[in-house]
Amino acid sequence: MSSGEKYLAAVYLVVLATVLVYIAIISAKLARLEREVTELAERARERHG
Amino acid sequence: MTYARDVVALARKDLLLELRARETLPAMLLFVLATLVAFRFALPSDASERASIGLLWVAILFTALLGITRAFIPEREQRVLDGLVLSPVDRSAIWLGKVVATLAFLGAAELVALPAFGLFFDSVTWTTVAAVVLADIGICAVGAILAAMAAAGRARELLFPVLFLPLSIPILVGGVGAAVGDDPARYLAFLALYDAVFAILAWASFEYVVTE
Amino acid sequence: MAVAAAVVLVAGVALALLWAPEDADQGPSQRIFYLHVPIALTAYACFGWGAWKALRLLWTGEQRYDLESYTAVHMGTIFGTLTLVTGSIWARTSWGVWWSWGERQLVLFLILFLFYAAYFMLRFSLPDGPGRARISAVYALFGVVLIPISFLAIRLAENFIHPVVFTRDGPQMSGDMFFTFCVCLAGTLLLAGTLYLNELAGKRLDLRLRELRESLELG
Repeated sequence: MSSGEKYLAAVYLVVLATVLVYIAIISAKLARLEREVTELAERARERHG
Repeated sequence: MTYARDVVALARKDLLLELRARETLPAMLLFVLATLVAFRFALPSDASERASIGLLWVAILFTALLGITRAFIPEREQRVLDGLVLSPVDRSAIWLGKVVATLAFLGAAELVALPAFGLFFDSVTWTTVAAVVLADIGICAVGAILAAMAAAGRARELLFPVLFLPLSIPILVGGVGAAVGDDPARYLAFLALYDAVFAILAWASFEYVVTE
Repeated sequence: MAVAAAVVLVAGVALALLWAPEDADQGPSQRIFYLHVPIALTAYACFGWGAWKALRLLWTGEQRYDLESYTAVHMGTIFGTLTLVTGSIWARTSWGVWWSWGERQLVLFLILFLFYAAYFMLRFSLPDGPGRARISAVYALFGVVLIPISFLAIRLAENFIHPVVFTRDGPQMSGDMFFTFCVCLAGTLLLAGTLYLNELAGKRLDLRLRELRESLELG
């Protein structure tokens, strides 16, 4: 690849990588929230059960 | 007219306190002189004389940082601010009072700094003086509200310069440009625009910053 | 919105890489433009959106605008950083340097980056509550006013900082290029919108969970 094409690829890859990292972070957050919800639901059931 | 009276009373309070305590102003004066001398050594001898005007402005900015920090951030000032917020004074009058007082301090420091600069480096033109006057207004207007923001949280002294410096870049451009550019009027007009825009914004939004 | 974003963005990228005519002077690296400028414009849009939400917060006092403004500023900062990175790479390909003070957009984004990075420092130093929401909102308003003022300042500064003249692609593109650009712009905006909604939902959920946890603790 010519150097111009290499930089072009770099730019698009950087953008793609950023978006993917962001999605990964949000997914991790979602997983944590799900865990918390189940935990709280357990506690609520113990309280009123 | 009570608004104007409030502003004057608030500014007078700060000035009288300083007159009695004599803490901030001597520190600012010494600081700006020491900075200018330090800059002399920081600049290689064959550097263009145009570069030195930039140093004057940086010295002014940093001295202003010092003065404005003292106006809002110490514990005593925080308690005073809480008291003022509870009083029937218009919140924006608090801001204006602080701006006036800080302007006085900064102006006094510059009365020393400008002649010193003229002595150590390069002569000071009237355009620079005009630029300094205009810039002072912007510095104090923006600095007052940012200092109040920083003072509301933790790590205030550290946070305030971080908040202040990005907003001060246009002031730097205006000030240095007025001195070295070939059309100083444009830069002075720009400084006036900065002042107008940010002073109005700060004046209008100050009450949201100090209300709990 | 996510589906629309995916479709438009993929289409845009495909157009940009495969279909748009090659620039005679700059060669293939010119195609970076199709991503770099839309990202920059999207960052501006995010900051503007954040400022609008901030204004709504101060106007109505409804706390939900705080999260919306905060998320928008967060998006803007991410896209702004991306602008700096892609712009730097573009500078490298076009002129061989990783940074150019003559490139107005880049300098503007550098100043904005400093400003909005401080936004987060400010927010994290403040205790939770309506006070923090208000102060963040005022700061966001300052930011959006800073954008045009800084731009003016940078233009004025060029007279004595670095009168470098680099030609670059502007609106004088061919029709095909412009079409590609518009598609990419739409795609980037949709992407920002999707990410914004996702992040906002996550933050809101977080908040509600915390409230739930507290009420369970007490109840």
